[in-house]
Amino acid sequence: MNKAVQSVVNPSDFDVLAIRSDFPILDQQIHGKPLVYLDNAASSQKPVQVQQAMQDYYSHDHANVHRGVHSLSQRATDSFEAARGKVRAFLNAASEKEIIFVRSATEGLNLIAASYGRMVLKPADEVLITVLEHHSNIVPWQLICEQTGATLKSVDVNDAGELDMQQYKMMLTENTKIAAFNHVSNALGTINPVKEMVKLAHDAGVTTVIDGSQAAPHLAIDVQAIDCDFYVITGHKMFGPTGIGVVYGKQALLEAMPPYQGGGEMIKLVSLEKSTYAELPAKFEAGTPDIAGAIGLAAAIDYMNEIGIENIARHEHELLDYATARASEIKKLKIIGTAKNKASVLSFVIEGIHPHDLGTILDNEGVAVRTGHHCAQPLMKRFNVPATARASFAMYNTIEEVDALIAGIKKAIEMFE
Amino acid sequence: MSDLRELYQEVIFDHNRNPRNYGVLENANRKAEGFNPLCGDQLTVYMLVNDQGIIEKVTFEGQGCAISTASASIMTEELIGKTVQQAQEIFDNFHTVVTGGDCDVEIGKLQVLTGVKDYPTRVKCATLPWHTTNAAINQQDEPVTTE
Repeated sequence: MNKAVQSVVNPSDFDVLAIRSDFPILDQQIHGKPLVYLDNAASSQKPVQVQQAMQDYYSHDHANVHRGVHSLSQRATDSFEAARGKVRAFLNAASEKEIIFVRSATEGLNLIAASYGRMVLKPADEVLITVLEHHSNIVPWQLICEQTGATLKSVDVNDAGELDMQQYKMMLTENTKIAAFNHVSNALGTINPVKEMVKLAHDAGVTTVIDGSQAAPHLAIDVQAIDCDFYVITGHKMFGPTGIGVVYGKQALLEAMPPYQGGGEMIKLVSLEKSTYAELPAKFEAGTPDIAGAIGLAAAIDYMNEIGIENIARHEHELLDYATARASEIKKLKIIGTAKNKASVLSFVIEGIHPHDLGTILDNEGVAVRTGHHCAQPLMKRFNVPATARASFAMYNTIEEVDALIAGIKKAIEMFE
Repeated sequence: MSDLRELYQEVIFDHNRNPRNYGVLENANRKAEGFNPLCGDQLTVYMLVNDQGIIEKVTFEGQGCAISTASASIMTEELIGKTVQQAQEIFDNFHTVVTGGDCDVEIGKLQVLTGVKDYPTRVKCATLPWHTTNAAINQQDEPVTTE
């Protein structure tokens, strides 16, 4: 599968206004000013195509999946499984059996930690994460390490927010069983060299888990090329609905793993004494799934493919470069995270203004940014800041919106002087 | 939505720049930590309460936004010389006003903080120092959070 051929739009045809017209939520005023939505790393907005796909499903095709013999159940099942096929192609997984629908990336990471982690970890074993991780790729490992007696270790970053690869190599020891790291940092935007990291881990006999939540809306992902063992994504950060996420796992690993949750859908036969489990992927999908969510996610993938992920990445890079240059003009502003390889995120602090105050003042200007620790408290500690303000860009943002952000920051600085 | 100046009055900026009663109180006999997990704000309140239950001294230190810093600073000025009973009443009245309750309650100098009632996400910034003081008075061991 060559993902590049999915791009149908010439770069010069990238029409941000046409894209914006697919996102009606963007067309509104906040405190009398046009909304400038720059909180995409927390959650992106949904195009009408996604909303329509979900509405069509509920209006015409809804029934429970995988069990009824009636027509609606068949249609619901077909749509749900077609969505799985779309996700497989999006990640370039080898088989649809390797695509597990879950509630979120968080649930996906918990599934991997609870099922795979519990299966392999023993006292004296180590799990390696990085200081760049979101809490959702820290806490599940802490829990499973507590339960198994394994030890959790963490790789540091340099002052630019890039992983210390020398340290990473050193920390892959004979005791390490699992290495879990994100593809793109939600707090700083750093793009990690995941292919190289997986190779180093595999050379040391270590299983790899990648949190791709922030990568999916910005980069082409190819799990076979990366060769990771697990990869998780979440729908709502990639223009899909909330409540749906995906675990990719290599088939052999998923087959060896015990179920994560028990219930309907995931069984073959149940007696009161013992049950046998369904084949992949159903083994990991206990209970009625978020059918509409999967269909919405598939529509989001279609939408991104139609615009072209390379075109999206190029546009976002222009926005980030412009925003970085404009922000650098402001003397009191310090950018946190200056990795050479970055996606979509501008995290910063301003001397004398707490990010929380800045967030309120920007909101008053119609500009939505995230302020706080971005669910990455260890990373905030590493950079010795309690919190940052974070502007994060998506395909529908414009240069004018970056200008509105910069104007809002300048206004806040004036107010606090 | 009210004007931003209602929230960020000059008095707030003044207390943010020069917080009163800031620092560790060496001879404190009450102490508590407060934490707002949403934004990472944290502060410690130190109190010296005498045998009659009168707050002789109260200080704070920590890091927070302008609203929480100003609220803590103004709070310390208000509480010195009051009984713990009076402190509780002042907090109750303040809490009522900033959470959009009865606006006619008399809250004195704390009035400058009432702008937060139009910013629900910021109410916790203003009340964190008070929750922390409450915990100090009641000698709770666990750090308090706004959640």
